[in-house]
Amino acid sequence: MTYFEFLNEHGVTLLLGTVTTVKVLVCSMILYLFISMIFGLMRLSKNLLIQGIATVYIEFFRGTSLLVQLFWAYYVLPFFGISLEAFTAGVVALGLNFGAYGAEIVRAGILAVPRGQWEAAHALNFTPSKRIKRIIIPQIFPIILPPAANLTVELLKATALVALVTVVDLTFEAKQINSITWLSAQCFGTALLIYYIMARFALVPFLRWLEVLAARKVGKEKI
Amino acid sequence: MEMGWRWDFAIEILPKMAVATFNTILAAGVGYAIALVVGLFFLLGQRTPSKIINWINREIVEFIRSTPLLIQLFFVYFVLPQFGITLSAWVCGMITIGLHFGTYLSEVYRGALEGVSKTQWEACRALNFSTIYTYRRIVLPQAFPIAIPGMGNYLVGIFKDTPLLSTIGVAELFHAATAVGGYNYRYLEPYTLVGIIFLTLSIPAAMWVRKLENDVNKAQGKIKK
Repeated sequence: MTYFEFLNEHGVTLLLGTVTTVKVLVCSMILYLFISMIFGLMRLSKNLLIQGIATVYIEFFRGTSLLVQLFWAYYVLPFFGISLEAFTAGVVALGLNFGAYGAEIVRAGILAVPRGQWEAAHALNFTPSKRIKRIIIPQIFPIILPPAANLTVELLKATALVALVTVVDLTFEAKQINSITWLSAQCFGTALLIYYIMARFALVPFLRWLEVLAARKVGKEKI
Repeated sequence: MEMGWRWDFAIEILPKMAVATFNTILAAGVGYAIALVVGLFFLLGQRTPSKIINWINREIVEFIRSTPLLIQLFFVYFVLPQFGITLSAWVCGMITIGLHFGTYLSEVYRGALEGVSKTQWEACRALNFSTIYTYRRIVLPQAFPIAIPGMGNYLVGIFKDTPLLSTIGVAELFHAATAVGGYNYRYLEPYTLVGIIFLTLSIPAAMWVRKLENDVNKAQGKIKK
């Protein structure tokens, strides 16, 4: 069987799997960005309880393996009466795991905003929430986007793991086709290529564009 | 089937999990050792004067870095036998982890080498030191401390990625948990124990890496003592 015939027969299945992978990526990306914002801010709170909660959360999710968290969400939560669909469990586990890494990036980004900005906002009598929302948050984007872009590429790679909790994504389809046809080189090779193309020619350019946009917004032109 | 946490079951499976933990640590250690060496080769490819080799090297590194470790594992495990090379799951796993994290480590090495000031090179040239002597006595001793935090982070990273090896049948901690869970049809205790074991091993490791990072920064005068 030539490679062309292989694509002809199984290409559509792999593409459908790719669509699911993109869905998982987008959902978990939104979730992780949201979580990292909240926990990054909580980590800097003066209230010890809030800060403690954030620290425990971050250390817990960074300290254990993503695969363990995925299996826990899918196979163990039903013991406590919470049955999540495979897709939801995958997105939640990915979001929580990457949110913990993202929170640290956000925290570092907030600390990197010059003190003078805080003081100026204070001097102008901004309320604390307005200070964060209007002065600090817009300025952290150019700082946090480069590391966040790296993390997002890692997230794309990590979405492959949801196949192990029966989400029918690209990896799952590749495995399935492999077990039917035993054309391992073709199906895993194609899957690798699709992931590579998604990362290199779609996700990375998009994130670079966001970086330029964010830099322009605060008046720092970036080449 | 009884719901909720069962202590007797957890204690019953604990010895099995402990043995498997040893395998996990072994896998992480061997994989890391291979990755350290592979990283050096990628670094060499990066620093050779030939433009073509540089380009090929960079493309390979990019490809490995932007594809999932899981599929790379499957690829090595299922495709090599088609070419007549049959390796055990352990060997496949170690090769794949070594290659995957080798690309990351080559970046760490590169960053460290570039962290050594250019004037050091110029001084060595002025003193007529050979390239090898310059590397051995001047550049590497200065680059190594810069690389330590990155190297430590990837050791922890490899440790946390070892559960992936269970998918090709390496008998490490996660594999043992799945087997025990399937046998008794109880996943609560095995998977929770895996989580706890990972936490108890990786949090001290991460703290140690952070301390190293601090020490290095202090030694370089970036933070006041």
